[in-house]
Amino acid sequence: MESLEEIKDRIEAAMAGVRLAIEGKSLVVGRQHLLDVVRFLKDDTGLAMDYCSNLCAVDWLPRTIKTRECDRDVQRDVPGHLEVVYDFYSMAKKHGPLQLRCRTEGREGTPSLPSITPLFRGAEFQEREAFDLYGIRFEGHPDLRRILMWDGFKSFPMRKDYRPPDDYEYEPTPHDEVLEKAKQHWPAPASAPVTPSKPA
Amino acid sequence: MAMDESLKNELQKAGVFITSVEGLYNWGRKNSIWPLQFGLACCAIEMIAAACARYDQARFGAEVFRPSPRQADLMIVAGTVTKKMAPQVVRLFNQMPEPKYVIAMGACAISGGPFKEGYNVLKGIDRFIPVDVHIPGCPPRPEALLHAIITLQKQIEQDHLTGKHKLRAYDREQQTEWPVPAYGEHDLEPPCNPELWHPAPLVREGVK
Amino acid sequence: MIQPLTTTGSGYELMPKEGAIETQTLEVSMGPHHPSTHGVFRMDVVLDGEEVTRLKPVFGYLHRNHEQLAEQMNWLGSIPFTDRLDYFCSMSNNWAYCHAVEQLAGIKVAERAEYIRVIMAELTRLINHSCLAGFLLSDAGAWGTPLLYAFREREKILDLFEAASGARMMCNYMRFGGVRADVDDDWLAAARKVVGNYPAFLDELEALITGNEILLARTQHIGILPRELAINASITGPMLRASGVDYDIRKVDRYGIYDRFDFRVPLGEVGDVYDRYYVRMLEMRESVKILQQALCDIPEGPFDAGVKMRNFKVPAGDGYGRIEAPKGELGFYLVSEGGTRPYRYHVRAPSFINLTILENMCLGHKVADAMVILGSVDIVLGEVDR
Repeated sequence: MESLEEIKDRIEAAMAGVRLAIEGKSLVVGRQHLLDVVRFLKDDTGLAMDYCSNLCAVDWLPRTIKTRECDRDVQRDVPGHLEVVYDFYSMAKKHGPLQLRCRTEGREGTPSLPSITPLFRGAEFQEREAFDLYGIRFEGHPDLRRILMWDGFKSFPMRKDYRPPDDYEYEPTPHDEVLEKAKQHWPAPASAPVTPSKPA
Repeated sequence: MAMDESLKNELQKAGVFITSVEGLYNWGRKNSIWPLQFGLACCAIEMIAAACARYDQARFGAEVFRPSPRQADLMIVAGTVTKKMAPQVVRLFNQMPEPKYVIAMGACAISGGPFKEGYNVLKGIDRFIPVDVHIPGCPPRPEALLHAIITLQKQIEQDHLTGKHKLRAYDREQQTEWPVPAYGEHDLEPPCNPELWHPAPLVREGVK
Repeated sequence: MIQPLTTTGSGYELMPKEGAIETQTLEVSMGPHHPSTHGVFRMDVVLDGEEVTRLKPVFGYLHRNHEQLAEQMNWLGSIPFTDRLDYFCSMSNNWAYCHAVEQLAGIKVAERAEYIRVIMAELTRLINHSCLAGFLLSDAGAWGTPLLYAFREREKILDLFEAASGARMMCNYMRFGGVRADVDDDWLAAARKVVGNYPAFLDELEALITGNEILLARTQHIGILPRELAINASITGPMLRASGVDYDIRKVDRYGIYDRFDFRVPLGEVGDVYDRYYVRMLEMRESVKILQQALCDIPEGPFDAGVKMRNFKVPAGDGYGRIEAPKGELGFYLVSEGGTRPYRYHVRAPSFINLTILENMCLGHKVADAMVILGSVDIVLGEVDR
């Protein structure tokens, strides 16, 4: 299989207006060009990426990235976003993987991304799972509804800021974080709390 | 009414068997417990292994796994009970006719097990239905399940048909349709059955 | 208005023509408590008489948020949880996870451990495929007798697992860079004996089942999966190979030391339930070949790479590692920020994705065939729901 730079150049040459970035071992695609790029990868005779192996959503909270550029420490504030990672292989040519990433704008509510289910039927359940657990709405998906949690469930459990329901009333041997959660159910201590003295 | 054991043995040697109606009834029930075929997760495989040739629970009478709850008298809750599955478990338990028993097999059915800190895991099936025997283990060996069936058989031997501690099957006041939880927005509603689930109060030394 | 019965030359047409009687469709929920659905799996089926017109799988009844738990535990602590994904094949799950972490962290596996891993994985494949034969036939109505044969052999292999790792099912045996404990010569001799007796068991099973006319009638030309649809729907494992696609990750990626073994990859022709069953029977024979070679060639040496587990950190980055588990391609996508815990841990479960085209395969068939088709997909709910 060709290298990432070669693939990137070929895609940019074949489709006007498409710009990709390379991060690590993956190509980063903007959401407006995702379907075109995926279609190109699938139809190209050299690559023949006919098998979408893995579709995974990742939640990135707003964070500050420190890098070193031109001998100076640079800090960049990256806003929070959700990301979907695609791993493509080729069954015809028996090569791969080719990793694509696509990011949403922000992570409030249910941000949307195009769905690749019309091109790859195997993405159907995996996109439903990303919707159920992360709240990414896939436009063009034939049947987008919850798959693992029940239909009336609100909130998206795999997000980093999800707080699970509190059923820690009975914890025989708690420790670490579970101890903190269990303590909220313990009876008040026998000794009276110390009242602060009035300021002079 | 207690029988004189030596008299019983003497008569048995002569070929005369003496028992009480209760004893006979319980003997019949305990030696032909029909489990409900209800495997949820990994413990179900050990349950199947206990029913297969090597461990063979058929010799204890629990051979016939009935798929229909109407024909079963033992529900072996084998595996993790999730909040999505919990209403179905309670409904199935309601559909079983009295007298009925529950074995909670495995750490997950007892208290949530290794998956306890889960948004979808019910921390123990005894939050909603009464459990007779708990089997610890992850998964418990098939021999442990056989031990549980024998323990249940010993419990059934002690059942009373009359009197203050009579069997739930004969006590209309104790019989109840266990309430089925509903799917709420973030959790089951109610999260547990407060009439049923009374965890022992834990005394903490030096609570801060 | 009911039409009178008509005769057509050779025989009677016993049902009136289409449209003569007013009918309604029936919506049935098969599961989550069902004797044949391999766990808590539900299918919402819409039936026209006995024929399936719509089928929607519903799962999540065993969703134990394995991925979220892994984000809260350190890298080593997730290994026992991987046991509980596909609870039939715990050794393969362990290997897939350790393989993904080793790829990300650049750990080289000890030589003897590679052989031990292959032996354990192929023994697991034998368990899985023989139990599939048992379960598929139970679904078709053989009521547990083939299952008893399969579980009898499974118990012998579980004895080996228990001797090596301490547990029958949830083995927790693989570690990063090797395995947890060594296997001694007695164990290898016992394993050779079990593997030596296995072809006789396969012959016995095949003599009873494979040519059986009831099985042939119930499984041939049922649930046909065309090649192109299988590739497009990301199907992997024996189900893909039964549709004629030559894609076995042991041959493609050549992970571990699979390139040292001589084995073939059986392919099906038609892609029906019978092909999926028979491909698995042939794969068991190939696994026996691999086991015989591995048990013969296993070298002496250390059983792990000596990686320090205290405060084990994986360098920042992300990666996707996959192996050929008995059910298909089991992959782990891991994102690390350089710490002791994964930032993101995702399981690419083969059973979950193989269910995508269940509806396509079942449409037009009868309800009883839908159960047999589901049996041939070979799902385990621990993997589907994670």
